[in-house]
Amino acid sequence: MSSESTPVAESLGIVQEHTYTFGPPGVPITLENGRAFGPIDVRYETYGNLNAERTNAVLILHAFTGDAHAAGFHTAESKHPGWWNDMVGPGKPFDTNKYFVICSNVLGGCRGTTGPGSTDPETGKPYGLSFPVITIRDMVNVQKRLVDHLGIQRLLAVAGGSMGGMQALEWSVAYPEMVASSIVLASTARLTAQGIAFNAVGRNAIMSDPHFQSGNYYSDQLPAQGLSIARMVGHITYLSDESMGMKFGRKLQERAAYGFDFADQFQVESYLEYQGDKFVDRFDANSYIYLSKAMDYYDLGERYGGLDFAAARITAKVLVISFTSDWLYPPYQAKEIVFALMKAEKDVSYTELNSPYGHDSFLLETKRQGRLISSFLGSVYGNC
Amino acid sequence: MGTVDQHTHPEHRVHISYSRIVELVETGSNVLDLGCGDGELLLRLMREKQVRGRGVDIEESMILQCISKGLSVFQGNLEEGLKDYPTGSYDYVILNHTLQMIHDPAMLIQEMVRVGRFAVVNFPNFGHILNRMQLVFGGRMPVNRNIPYEWYNTPNIHFCTRKDFVELCSTLKLDIVRSIDMTRRHTAPPFLHNLLATETCFVLTNTHRS
Repeated sequence: MSSESTPVAESLGIVQEHTYTFGPPGVPITLENGRAFGPIDVRYETYGNLNAERTNAVLILHAFTGDAHAAGFHTAESKHPGWWNDMVGPGKPFDTNKYFVICSNVLGGCRGTTGPGSTDPETGKPYGLSFPVITIRDMVNVQKRLVDHLGIQRLLAVAGGSMGGMQALEWSVAYPEMVASSIVLASTARLTAQGIAFNAVGRNAIMSDPHFQSGNYYSDQLPAQGLSIARMVGHITYLSDESMGMKFGRKLQERAAYGFDFADQFQVESYLEYQGDKFVDRFDANSYIYLSKAMDYYDLGERYGGLDFAAARITAKVLVISFTSDWLYPPYQAKEIVFALMKAEKDVSYTELNSPYGHDSFLLETKRQGRLISSFLGSVYGNC
Repeated sequence: MGTVDQHTHPEHRVHISYSRIVELVETGSNVLDLGCGDGELLLRLMREKQVRGRGVDIEESMILQCISKGLSVFQGNLEEGLKDYPTGSYDYVILNHTLQMIHDPAMLIQEMVRVGRFAVVNFPNFGHILNRMQLVFGGRMPVNRNIPYEWYNTPNIHFCTRKDFVELCSTLKLDIVRSIDMTRRHTAPPFLHNLLATETCFVLTNTHRS
């Protein structure tokens, strides 16, 4: 209980990437659109050790532009740890001294798992827009194959924020017998019209870039401008009025007073431009299109005849966390999931953390969110 | 871990103890605890009466404590009522020492008997003799062990006497199934409860519910 008994949180140090490949000549996966698809490479990382009973595995599910590299460093020289390094590691909320943590890149992504930028074995060229339209359920089915491959029959927890939260929900209804608990952060059972609208602007920016060339840009110039604008729009939706005010206000980047010419740049403009440019180096425009579309299509209740029926399938203990300033995945949507679970008499807890950081809170409010998650996981693991 | 039976402990004589509430609840029932705090009452109900329990509280720190105990808990504001809770979805809806802090207590009580077969409500009795004496002879708002706040910092915005509450129940057409009255030292005859009870606990039901 006391802080003295908790080991000081430290980094995982150097971590390894792994790739698991399945599908033809083996069994391919049947996508939600009915098409058999494969082979599929799955890039993943694991941290900590699987216990002898195989009861301590936690699957972390990344958001839209995340990847398998959740924590630690790839090289000794690397300055950038994994995307959830504050949450995953020894003594951290996803405590790798206790739990065996798995994180994989999603199907359709561009960070090692098969996606539109991968080579189509039939043509020897990148798939581009011939890549099948994939869904959140397809991502989960690919992760299921990985979990089977790792010899794990039941996950102690599935956990993720935003698109990762959608996957956590989908895991819980698709494979209830495999999920002991589910942690859903800043997420929803289905995106709002407003959320779809912003994704549409992003896709339009990419597709109207002259270098897009119907998605066949891999051997040529990339649609960098379009992708960068998509990312800028995305970043606006991840912040909040309050956090932008705190971070930038109306300050200019390089001048003290307005010059009333177009050389003036507000700090917020400079920030968005920087985020856009940085993104182009690490993300594939086609993956942006496929993954954002998968989020738009996502509707947890749809295949079961409504959210209440989907909720009734869940056997996992569920923790849902939303953030007051998150207008992209607003708290009222998180509560819809919670009330559906409550109606079905499920074991569910909900907190709405008061935070100014908008949708990004699940990446930034690591202390408060971390305390909740570590308590929750501890109580689930204790009852295993 | 051992639990102290609070009503035998002199320091706690003014409050209805958790043990008394636990006694009221049928084994194996379904309980919603509004303003559940750190979840201690729910935990006792689950252990001693094998209830299926769920808590509601507004404080993040309380939610954290409930989650540590493995309880199902919802962070929410009781002022918003229970609109998302289906009618008759619980056996008991408990409101422990919170009624006097609510803006619209009549609405909440009606919601409680809608959602639960029984509502269990307890509150400090403003009609207690000590409060009356302080107001009559001291000329000031009562501040004592039972109600330990000054008028300007009290979270209690809707005080009532035991008698007031009974009247409200009759106005709302609710039946009082049981009542427990806490008196400081001795048990008092029922006609003196409005004068001597520091706190009262009622079990209510709505037999007229359509």
